[in-house]
Amino acid sequence: MSVSSDDVRHIARLARLELTDEEVERFRRELSTILDYVEQLETLDAGSAAEPPHPDQPLRPDAVEAWGDVAALHEAAPDFHDGYFRVPRVIE
Amino acid sequence: MSSRRPRPAAALASAVRAGETTAASAVDAALERAREIEHLHAFLSLREAAAREEAAEIDRRIAAGAGASLPLAGVPVAVKDNIAVAGGPTTCGSRLLEPYVSPFDATAIARLREAGAIVIGKTNLDEFAMGSSTENSAFGTSRNPHDPTRVPGGSSGGSVAAVAAGCVPVALGSETGGSVRQPAAFCGAVGVKPTYGRVSRYGLVAFGSSLDQIGTVGATVEDAALLLSVVGGSDPHDATSAPVPVGDLASGLDEAAIAGTRIGWPAEYFGEGLDPAILAACESAREALANAGAEIVEVSLPHSPYGIAVYYTVAIAEASSNLARYDGVRYGLRVGDGDLSSMYLKTRAAFGAELKRRIMLGTYVLSAGYYEAFYGKGTAVRARIRGDFDHAFADVDALLCPTTPTPAFPIGEKADDPLAMYLNDIYTVSANLAGIPALSLPWGRTPARADRPALPIGIQLMGPDFSERRLFELARFLERQAPGPDA
Repeated sequence: MSVSSDDVRHIARLARLELTDEEVERFRRELSTILDYVEQLETLDAGSAAEPPHPDQPLRPDAVEAWGDVAALHEAAPDFHDGYFRVPRVIE
Repeated sequence: MSSRRPRPAAALASAVRAGETTAASAVDAALERAREIEHLHAFLSLREAAAREEAAEIDRRIAAGAGASLPLAGVPVAVKDNIAVAGGPTTCGSRLLEPYVSPFDATAIARLREAGAIVIGKTNLDEFAMGSSTENSAFGTSRNPHDPTRVPGGSSGGSVAAVAAGCVPVALGSETGGSVRQPAAFCGAVGVKPTYGRVSRYGLVAFGSSLDQIGTVGATVEDAALLLSVVGGSDPHDATSAPVPVGDLASGLDEAAIAGTRIGWPAEYFGEGLDPAILAACESAREALANAGAEIVEVSLPHSPYGIAVYYTVAIAEASSNLARYDGVRYGLRVGDGDLSSMYLKTRAAFGAELKRRIMLGTYVLSAGYYEAFYGKGTAVRARIRGDFDHAFADVDALLCPTTPTPAFPIGEKADDPLAMYLNDIYTVSANLAGIPALSLPWGRTPARADRPALPIGIQLMGPDFSERRLFELARFLERQAPGPDA
């Protein structure tokens, strides 16, 4: 499967990855090789996408529970202030 | 290297409970050994002060008569650094989580604490557990205790190296495609991939959520089983944890009958590319089982040749979704303060090359026009792989096969060939895809050759869902028969 440099740049945009030209070329080659390998699945008649891999998963009651150390959660953020996660300005 | 084995976990805990030794001295010895093996780079961080305090507290509780409720009293444990331990780092071997301090314990860690175990440090891994060698760690490669020029395997390479080098009797790792069993095979330890749902993943950083499972490492079968008995069981914090009692997986393994057990020998696992010494090891284990009265049955798992292709479709797709959360907003690294989108890009630039590769692949196979051809097809073939195992286990109790096609490879050998690295997981990924339990145990070594020293060999047992107890019984039998480390 041949992947083009434009494909690589498009995918990188979707994934929010900034790639150098060197990386674009390297991933173009590597993605082509790996996708070629994965393409062997196409030769197989496996029917349609089947049941989920792990069907038996009972859910717990959807009840609110207090979480332990909320302050430590806030401290784990790069920029937490006055009850908010701060990010660079989105709207001019 | 000199093989120094600490006292097995079960014996150590019972000595600590009986007051014959203390948790404090067990922890001191483990920390001292951790310093002696610094050249292996098994640990990313040590919890020296916290571990000593926790040990002193265990000793006080035992002095107060509370020892009986502590099955792992005073047992030092190493934990892969993608499992959260409160108050310390959980780096996942990544720059993205380097600044992160975990505000909570994973459920598996909380259970270790309740059982009296003490986490002495966090171990190295391939970044976000993506790799088979620890070479993808942002903080340097771990080394194989049997030959420091070789990889310990991965991604749980640090945890397994810590056990194999005699620093701790047991350790926690995690599996998505063989990340406990493969390093266990490379380093000569016992590594367990439990049934999907056996161990809560609350506090395990997500990689491929339909595959991930916390696994146990031990110097002995009994220790790996004991650790799983402690950390296993359902948990309201993880909807995928199974409401199936774990029971006692470790006591009385020696008494299990082998005669009449039906052992499957999957033809597809003995094809091209398998090192002759590893084939011979499997044959010799098969003979030991047969001599004890087990019936050996040839079975076929016809879809196993597609395992790697399916695995890399499913795992990369799930990984690219899971890794979308590393955006520099709520935790971990943030780089750049221009506009939001440049902050995302600059923050995510800190992912290593393998992470970027997998995010790219995963995003590609999930993108419009390709979803059905890749993820849809992968999921369908995955169901056929599961069907192969269901069919086999209708006839046999367990399967015997190699863990890896080769012994530990030299550092750097596969670093520039991602596909060759992926193919190293050929015998392990199917158990993750099917969700079944599997373990690797040491069986002698490869003969020394001009190009490589004698290296540990791992043989693998796989069983139907929740058959861990039976796998441990068979593994314990084989452990008693196995050629010694110098054979």
